[in-house]
Amino acid sequence: MSKKLAIIATKGTLDWAYPPLILASTAAALGYDVQVFCTFYGLQLLRKDTSGLKVSPLGNPGMPMKMPFGPKWFKDINWNIPNIVQASIPGYESLATTLMKMTIKNCGVATIDELRDLCVEAEVKFLACQMTVELFGFEHNQFIDNVEFVGAASFFEFAGETDICLYI
Amino acid sequence: MNFDKELDASGLNCPLPILRTKKALAELTAGQVLKVIATDPGSVKDMQAFAKQTGNELLSSAEEGGKYQFFMKKK
Repeated sequence: MSKKLAIIATKGTLDWAYPPLILASTAAALGYDVQVFCTFYGLQLLRKDTSGLKVSPLGNPGMPMKMPFGPKWFKDINWNIPNIVQASIPGYESLATTLMKMTIKNCGVATIDELRDLCVEAEVKFLACQMTVELFGFEHNQFIDNVEFVGAASFFEFAGETDICLYI
Repeated sequence: MNFDKELDASGLNCPLPILRTKKALAELTAGQVLKVIATDPGSVKDMQAFAKQTGNELLSSAEEGGKYQFFMKKK
């Protein structure tokens, strides 16, 4: 019998969208039976339109702010922009997200849509928390096909028999 | 070394080289050999881990001019 992995995905930003999808797709490639339960902001991972996934350097001291273009000396500069400036410039998050997407492309890292397609192809099962779908006013047709809308009890049915269970 | 199929995963980063390898192996029959070229330094350990966990045999792993070359025999 194959090993099992269950992941609870709770974050809805571009950077935090990666760990659940990378682990799910890799585990599936290794022969694991995988289920990803998306709840609260993690629901963004399952929407047809993933443009809502953005990255915010605001209040995130661990995030290097580097430019994805120009000569090497320029790319190496870490732009230390104070939070108060980041918070007051309209569109700062969109700019940071655009730059992050350029960096992702330059580094040969898959896009979220690409990783998610690979997961679906590898038969990773995606579960959406019905309670938070309602809480956030989402409609089922806003989500990709093959998503199952369930509650916590359904998650435990699978999670209780897994070898690895992660909360992300 | 002789091989039956070649996969160029150059420029791709984790976990794409492993996912592409898995997909390429699926198109082979048992005993056939897949050659994989990658530039991701993490792929060296990952290919070993992939082989160990899936039962496919990593026949060789080598670096040449900043590129990594693997030969994997399908289980």
